[in-house]
Formats: sequence, structure tokens, C-alpha cells
Amino acid sequence: MSIDNQVFLQNVIIGLTVGGYLALIALGYTMVYGIIELINFAHGDLFAFGFFISLTIFAKINPDIPLHGANLYLLLPGVAILTMLLTGSLNLAIDQIAYRPLRKAPRLAPLLTAVGVSFMLEAIYAIWKGPSQVPYPRYFPKEDYINNEKVISFFSKLGLDITTWRIVSFTTKDLFLFSVTIPLVIALTLFIDRTRVGKAMRACAQDREAAMMMGINVNRIIATTFFTGGALAGVAGMVWGLYINSGRFTMGFEAGLMAFTSAVLGGIGNIRGAVLGAFIIGMIKAMSDSYIGSEWTRVVIFGILILMLVFRPSGILGSTQSIEKL
Amino acid sequence: MRDILAQPRPVLLGRLRWVLVVIIVIIAPFVMKELEHLTNFGLITQVNRALIFVALAQGLNIVVGLAGLLDLGYAAFFAIGAYTFGLLTWPTHDIEMSFFLAIWVCALVAALFGIIIGAPTLRLRGDYLAIVTLAFGEIIPSLVRNLGDFTFTYHGKEYIKDYNLTNGSQGLTPLGRPDFSFFERLFGLDHGALNVGVKPTFWYFAIVITSMIVLFAATRLNNSRLGRAWKAIREDETAADFMGVDPIRTKLAAFAIGASFSGLAGAVYASMLGAIFPELFRFQVSIFLLIIVVLSGRGSIWGVLIGGLIIATFDGVFLAQILPDIFNGKILPEYDVQSLRWVFFGSGLIIIMIFRPQGLFPPKSTERKAAPPPPAESTQGVQS
Repeated sequence: MSIDNQVFLQNVIIGLTVGGYLALIALGYTMVYGIIELINFAHGDLFAFGFFISLTIFAKINPDIPLHGANLYLLLPGVAILTMLLTGSLNLAIDQIAYRPLRKAPRLAPLLTAVGVSFMLEAIYAIWKGPSQVPYPRYFPKEDYINNEKVISFFSKLGLDITTWRIVSFTTKDLFLFSVTIPLVIALTLFIDRTRVGKAMRACAQDREAAMMMGINVNRIIATTFFTGGALAGVAGMVWGLYINSGRFTMGFEAGLMAFTSAVLGGIGNIRGAVLGAFIIGMIKAMSDSYIGSEWTRVVIFGILILMLVFRPSGILGSTQSIEKL
Repeated sequence: MRDILAQPRPVLLGRLRWVLVVIIVIIAPFVMKELEHLTNFGLITQVNRALIFVALAQGLNIVVGLAGLLDLGYAAFFAIGAYTFGLLTWPTHDIEMSFFLAIWVCALVAALFGIIIGAPTLRLRGDYLAIVTLAFGEIIPSLVRNLGDFTFTYHGKEYIKDYNLTNGSQGLTPLGRPDFSFFERLFGLDHGALNVGVKPTFWYFAIVITSMIVLFAATRLNNSRLGRAWKAIREDETAADFMGVDPIRTKLAAFAIGASFSGLAGAVYASMLGAIFPELFRFQVSIFLLIIVVLSGRGSIWGVLIGGLIIATFDGVFLAQILPDIFNGKILPEYDVQSLRWVFFGSGLIIIMIFRPQGLFPPKSTERKAAPPPPAESTQGVQS
């Protein structure tokens, strides 16, 4: 394979990893928007919370680096579940304190409140972990599959000689990221599609008052939505921490903007759209970082966001209903 | 004729009040100077900054308060104003336009950008417009940062190489300052007698005049046909449309005029600082301005004036100087109290939104209104 193609393949892998964690964040945006029509500005900061809280839990337990044996198969999922519970609870608490009193207020009020929450959380993280880059220890063992004997022989059976792929790398970390994000995304889709609670969520999203009259406890559904969204963002933060090994108090804002762009791109309020949008944005980010220059990535992503909103505000998979309302 | 029914106004007191305000405005810098000597806190520069923010907030108030359009990237127009001024007066570009001409050019350029970004997007409602403006507010500082060293390569051929428009993150400095040599010659003074470049007292008066221009324009617009059209659009766009108000044109006017205020203020700010950087126009600035407008009372011009002065001075003097002075001295010597700033503003925003959503000094017409407007009907759903 030529160098150019190898670079391209590597970018595809990067794009998929970025898309995976963005999808987890974008789902929270799109679910909350679908149900209470709030752009939950603070949602990205829950991703950062997941990063910081899992870091704190790991630091308390202080396992060997990298994790191995029982630590890898028991401790890691345990920390992930704890992180999800804590981040979900935080999102739930934020909703109950800050957004719930404003359910019937004009839409500007909860949006601005969310901006306030976001800035507050960021300031708290800056106080908690310091304003500079925070290292995340390399808990997850890193091993490149491209140099693995078994993988090489497997590909040679297919007629591909991957020993010359010097630029491409696909490590255990990449696999770990996919094996967390993709099942979670599928699980959430099934949860909303197939379960009673998911059905109630869809009902609330279509018409909250009618859902209430049908005996659905709307407040509990909204609470479930916030908890689920928060938990997904939290685990995304943890996985990203293990993957990239460093972060900052503003990382939530950055990731939040990209995830939000993904949600809008796919059609906000649309679960599958958010996932699709996230992978598209991940790809665009990887390609732009590599071929145009990372300093232009923001301009590219936000340029696409503006063009999308101008020409197709309902998003790629969104319905035409959403334009009528907005 | 409508004045017949009105209460007779205490004319003398009314005029006296204005005289009092004028006297306070004139003696304020000298009092502040004395206070600075006594307390060692920078006061006049902070009040100058506060007045700039008031002028900016007046522009945002037209967009958010009067026309009811949520703009989350207003700092972009501030940046456009400041950077236009920078490009027109930065010695390297050899234009060096006069301050008095450049500030109006900046206002015009900002208004033009308001129209460019507004024309395709203003048919979007509510949240979507907020997102577009947010994206615009993120793009402009990025562009400014990247255009300091711009190379354009296409198929291995370089078309533009290392083009420096904005000097990147190093920023533009020095910038043009107002030149009074004409008046020096007119009054027969020495050369440089009126060259007041960096004196905060001079800038105080320059900015007071700028703010007065903005304030005058805002009050006139508020009571004009256009102002009433904005408020009609804000209350009910469909109804206003039926009454013959063209929604797109009216919103575009709000965007352009709001942006032009910001451009003017940005130009004066750039000249006052003498140096501008992309970091000065971050998302936080947009939110800070929004906080000023919302906390003061959306749509209330005098409310935004008073509230903006209080909030921006509180931010620049109390949070940035007095609080660290108290804490760092004895109680928490290592701790950076400045980091509490956004905890303060964030919680302030949340508390105001929950308990007094109309703001601290709302316009009279909304104060009388008993019930808040009903929330928008929901028809959209989570689809999967």
C-alpha cells in the first residue's frame, strides 16, 4: 500500500475513534433536545466530569500501571459503572435544581441557565484539578495489532502483506474504545426502540401533555433521560481519558461543541442521526487535521454546521417537522 | 394631545436631574483618580472597559432584548470591529487611517458582516439561530488566529505563501490613536499638547462620548417605527407578519444595527488598548455580554446601561482586584481567586433566571405583564 493510502487508512481509524466517543456525547444532547427542547449547554461538561471523576477513582484505588489480569477485567468495568452512576446523578441533580423550575418558562431562560451551569462546572473543574493540562495515567495496556504475529499471518492468508504498513497503527486502545462505544450506542437505540420506558420517552418527545394524559409520569421520564444522557457522557469521558491520556477543564466545552454539531448534522432529536452525525464529524475532524491543518479544523466544522443549518436545518435524517417548529 | 391626560411632570427637577448626571460624569474621572491614589486599585481603566461593554451590550440588547433573537456569538462582531480598526491603522499594512474616520468604517464593516451572516440564517427561529451565531462566534477568532501565516497550496503548487493579514496569535500592535494635531494648530498649542494617547482620563471622555452616541441611537431606535416592529416580532412573529411587518428585513436591521454598535465599540476598544489579540474575543466575551443584557433586563436600554456599568465594574474591580487582594494577603495565599469569577457569573445567571427571569431592571412594559408567555408548542420528537 502506498504511503498516501496508509495515511488515509490511519485517518479513517482516527475518525472512527473520535466519532465513537462523540456519538456517546451527541446522544445525550439529542435525547434532551427531543424531550424538553433544551440545548443542554452543560452536557459537554459532563463528559469532562466523567474524565475527572474516573481519574479520581483510579487514583484512590491506585492499581498497577498498566492494568492486567483481574484488574483489567473487573476493576475497569467497575470504575466505568461507578463513573456512569456518578455522572448520571450529577446530570439528574443539575436538571432538578436548575432546569426543572423553568419547565414552563420561555425557551431562552433554560438555555441561558444551561450556559450558566456550564461555566460554573468549568470553573469548579479548574479549581478542583487546576487550570493546566491534567495527565491521565496509561492504565490501559497498549499493544499494536499491526505488528502482531497472528494478525500478520491472518492478513497474509487474505493476500495482504501488512508488514509494510509502517504508518498505520491499530492498537488495543482503539479496540477498547470501539468495544465500549459501539455496544453502548446500540444498547441505547434498543432501549429507546424496544422498552416501555423508551416508548414513553418517544411519547413525551412527540407531545408531552398528551403523554401525561395517557398516564405517563413525564417528570420521571425527563429524569431518566437526563440520567441516561449523563451516564453516556460520563463513560465517554472515562474512555477518552484512557485513550488520549490527558485533558483539561475546558475539554468538555470543546467536545460538547463538536458533539452538538454532530447532533445537529444528523437531525437534532433523532437518535440514529446523532450517531451518524458523530461519525461524520469524527471523519471530517481526522481528515481536516491531516490534510488541511489542525488549526483549520474548527473553522471547517463550524462552517459545515452553518451551511447545514442554512440549507437543511432538519439535518441529514431529521424530519421536516422540526423546521416548522423552530 | 396625549400629554393632556398625563401627570404634570416636575420639569425643574427633571432638568436638574440631568444637570446632576452631567456634573457627575464630568467629575467622576477626577474622583476616581483620587480613589486610585488612596487604594492602589485600577479604577478608571476598569470603568472605561465597563463603558465599552455597556456600548457593546446596547448593541446586543437590540438583537436579544428588542428583536428577541438569541445571539451567542456577538463577540464576533466585536472582533470584526477591533480587527478592522487594527488592519486600517496597523503601521505594517501602510494604510494608517485616521482614528476619526476608521471607527465609522469599522461600524460599517461590522454591520455588513451582520447582514452577511444574518441574511441566510435569519429565517431560522430560536435555538437554530443561536447555534449559527455560536458557530460564527467560534469561526471569527479562529480565522483571525490562522490568517497570520496563511499558505494556500493546491495540487502541490503554492498560490499564497505566508500571507500575514492579522499577525496570528501575536496580535496587532501598535494601533492608531486619535490625532489632535489639527486642533493643536487651530488653538496655537505646542505640538503634542493634546497628544493624550494612553491617558485613561482622556479615554474616559472619548468612551463616554462613544457610549452617548450609542445610547442616543438606541433610545431613538427604541421609540421608532423600527423599534416597535422589533418588539412586535419578539412578541409574536406570525402576528407581526400579518400586520405588515416584514420579519426578515426587520430582523436583518436588528442584526446589522446591533453589529454596527459592536463594531464602533470594538474600534474604540482596540485604539484604547493599542494592541489586540484573538484571545480578547473568546466565547466567554459573548456570554459575558449576554449576562449583562439578561441580568439587567432584556429590552431595557437604561437597565442595560446601569446593569452593564455595575456588572462590568464589579468584574474588573471587585472580582479581579479587591477580592484577590483580601484573600491572597492572609486567608488563602496560594489560591487563585480569579478562577471563582465564572462560578459567580454562572450561579448569578442561574439564580436570576429562576427567580427573576425578566432581569433586575426590566423595561416598564414587561414589568406590568402578569404572566410569562406560554412555552412554545412541542411537535417534534425523538425519532429512531
